[in-house]
Amino acid sequence: MPTVHNLPQPFKIAEVIEESYRVKTFVLEGSFEAEPGQFVMLWLPGVDEKPFSLVNSNPVTLTVARVGPFTSELHRRKPGDTLWLRGPFGNGFTLEGEHLLLIGGGYGVAPLLFLARKAREGGRRVSVVIGASTARDVILAEDFLALGCHVIIATEDGSRGFRGKAPEVAEELLRDINPDALYACGPGGMLEAVRMMAGRRGLPVQLSYESYIRCAIGVCGSCQRSGWLVCRDGPVRRA
Amino acid sequence: MKREPDLSVELCGIRLRNPLILASGILGTGPDLLVRVARAGAGAVTTKSCSLKPRKGHPNPTVLDWGHGLINAVGLANPGLEEMSRIIAQAKELLKPLGVPLIASIFGGKTEEFAALARKLNSLPDFIEVNISCPNVEAEMGRPFATDARMAARVTAAVREASQVPVIVKLSPNVTDIAYIARAVEEAGADAISAINTVSGMVIDIHSGRPVLANRIGGISGPAIKPIALRCIYEITRVVKVPVIGIGGVTSGKDALEMIMAGATAVGIGSAVYYRGVEAFGQIAGEMRDLMAELGYETLAEVRGLAHRA
Ligand SMILES: Cc1cc2nc3c(=O)[nH]c(=O)nc-3n(C[C@H](O)[C@H](O)[C@H](O)COP(=O)(O)OP(=O)(O)OC[C@H]3O[C@@H](n4cnc5c(N)ncnc54)[C@H](O)[C@@H]3O)c2cc1C
Ligand SMILES: Cc1cc2nc3c(=O)[nH]c(=O)nc-3n(C[C@H](O)[C@H](O)[C@H](O)COP(=O)(O)O)c2cc1C
Repeated sequence: MPTVHNLPQPFKIAEVIEESYRVKTFVLEGSFEAEPGQFVMLWLPGVDEKPFSLVNSNPVTLTVARVGPFTSELHRRKPGDTLWLRGPFGNGFTLEGEHLLLIGGGYGVAPLLFLARKAREGGRRVSVVIGASTARDVILAEDFLALGCHVIIATEDGSRGFRGKAPEVAEELLRDINPDALYACGPGGMLEAVRMMAGRRGLPVQLSYESYIRCAIGVCGSCQRSGWLVCRDGPVRRA
Repeated sequence: MKREPDLSVELCGIRLRNPLILASGILGTGPDLLVRVARAGAGAVTTKSCSLKPRKGHPNPTVLDWGHGLINAVGLANPGLEEMSRIIAQAKELLKPLGVPLIASIFGGKTEEFAALARKLNSLPDFIEVNISCPNVEAEMGRPFATDARMAARVTAAVREASQVPVIVKLSPNVTDIAYIARAVEEAGADAISAINTVSGMVIDIHSGRPVLANRIGGISGPAIKPIALRCIYEITRVVKVPVIGIGGVTSGKDALEMIMAGATAVGIGSAVYYRGVEAFGQIAGEMRDLMAELGYETLAEVRGLAHRA
C-alpha cells in the first residue's frame, strides 16, 4: 500500500483501552488504506517520533507497550488529545494458505491481530500463539477469540496457558494445528526460532523485523540489517 | 553502426564506469548497503559523514517528504571514526571486484579534527570528501566552514596536507557567492569540489503550530533544488579547473545530463533513492545512454560544460 500521509497528520484519540498494566491501545478518529504488518511514524510535537505497527486501519488503531520515555509520554495522552501520524510505511504480510498460524511475542502480537482480521474476513482459518513472560503480560487474547481464531497462550513461567516460549509451544502443537503458513512478530530470538522451525517443517514463513528507524522512507540507512532496509524492504520478510 | 555511448569518466586520475556517485548521508551506513548501491549501478559510493567520536544525531522527525523534495536534519548521526574505518575496510574489500571506488566523507567541529580524520583514514578510501557544509548542526557547531572562504581554505589545506588520497571539498549553497568559496578551496589544494549540500529550509505543521523537524531547521534536497544546484555548478565551473561533482535534485538521466552540461564531471545522487529506490542508479545510467544516443553524443566529454558556450 502506498504512503498516504508523507507529512505528519493530526488524528484525535477516540478511545484508550488498557490491555495490561503496561500496554494501551489507542483507537483514533479516522482511517486510511493500509495492510497488516505496515507501520506508521507517530509524532508527539516537542517530544520525538517513533515507529508503531498498525493494529487496524479503519479506524486507525495502535497498541503500545510502555518501555521508555516516548511511550511513557504517549501513555499519558487521553481521548480528545491529538496524535500525529505519517505513513503507512513498509511492506506488510501477504495472505497465503487456508490455515494460518500466527506467533507473537510481547507487543509483537499487535500487528498479528490486524493480519488475523484480514484473514478471517477472507474466510481463512487462523490459529495464534500469544507469547508472554507471565500471565499479566498476555495481551489481545479476547480480540483474537472474538474474530473466531484458535487461541493458544504460552507463558515462560507457565502462569497462564502452556509453559514455554511461543515458538517452542507452537512447534509442540504443530502436528495438531497443521497450518499451511507461519507468521511471526516479536523479539529477534523468537523470529529466529520460528524461521528455523519453518525450515525444518518445510512451511512458508513471514517474519516482521525491527531495528532503529529514523526516516522510515529508505534513505538514512539507520535501520539497515546486512544491507536490507527494515523500513522500506521490510518490515516483513519471507524467510 | 554507431557505438554505444560511453558513460565512463575520470575523477582525479581514478576511473569511474559511470558518473553517478551515491551522495553522502544516503544509505552510506554499512558495507552491505554500499555494495548494494554499487550493484544497482553506481559509479562510486560515498559513506555517511563521519566524525572522530560517535554522534547520536537529532531526535526525530529527522527526514520528511514535504511535497517537492525532502527536508532533513539528521544531525550527522554516525558511529565515529573507529567503527567507520571498519565499515570502510569491509566495503572496500567487497567493492574491489566491482571496480567501484569508495569516497569517505569526514566531518568535524575544528580544523584539527578534519586533519586527524584524514590522517587516520590514511589510504583506506579512494577519496576523502570534506563535509564543511552541513546546515543542520549550526546550533552546536556554529556557521559551517563552507560559508567563510578563509575557514574553508584553512580546512582544505589541513586535510590536503594530512590526506594520502585525493581530497574533495563539499560546498554549501547557503552563501552569497559560491564561486568565490570554490576558488578559495581550489587555491588551498582541493583536488575536486562537490556541490551542493542541502539548501537550508523549514517546514511547519499548522495544527501544532510547530516546525516538523525536531531541529526546526533542516536541509532541502530533491527535485526542488535542482535549478539551484545547476546554477551553482555553472558558477563554480566558470572559475575553477578542478573537477566538480554536481549534486542536487538529480532523479533522471535528463537531470544528470543537465548537470554535466552545467560543467560537472560526475553527478551525485541522493534523494532519488527515495523517489526511485536503489534501482535509481541503473535506471538513470540507462536513461543517460538513451538520451546521449538520441542527441548524438558518444562520450560525456562532448557534453561537459555545453551550457557555458557563448
Ligand atoms: C516496525 C516497528 C514496529 C513497531 N511496532 C510497535 C508496536 O506496535 N507497539 C509497540 O509498543 N512498539 C512497537 N515498536 C517499538 C517502538 O517503536 C519502541 O518501543 C519505541 O520507539 C520506544 O521508545 P521509548 O522512548 O519509549 O523507549 P526507548 O527507551 O527509547 O527504547 C526502548 C526500546 O525501543 C527501541 N526503540 C527506540 N526508538 C526506536 C526507533 N526509532 N525505532 C525502533 N526502535 C526503537 C529501542 O531500541 C529499545 O529497544 C515498533 C518498532 C518498529 C521498528
Ligand atoms: C537524509 C540526508 C542525509 C544527508 N547527510 C549528509 C551527510 O552526512 N554529509 C553530507 O555531506 N551530505 C549529506 N546530505 C546531503 C546530500 O549528500 C546531498 O548533498 C543533498 O541531499 C542534495 O542532493 P539530492 O538532491 O540528490 O539529495 C544528506 C542528505 C539527506 C537527504
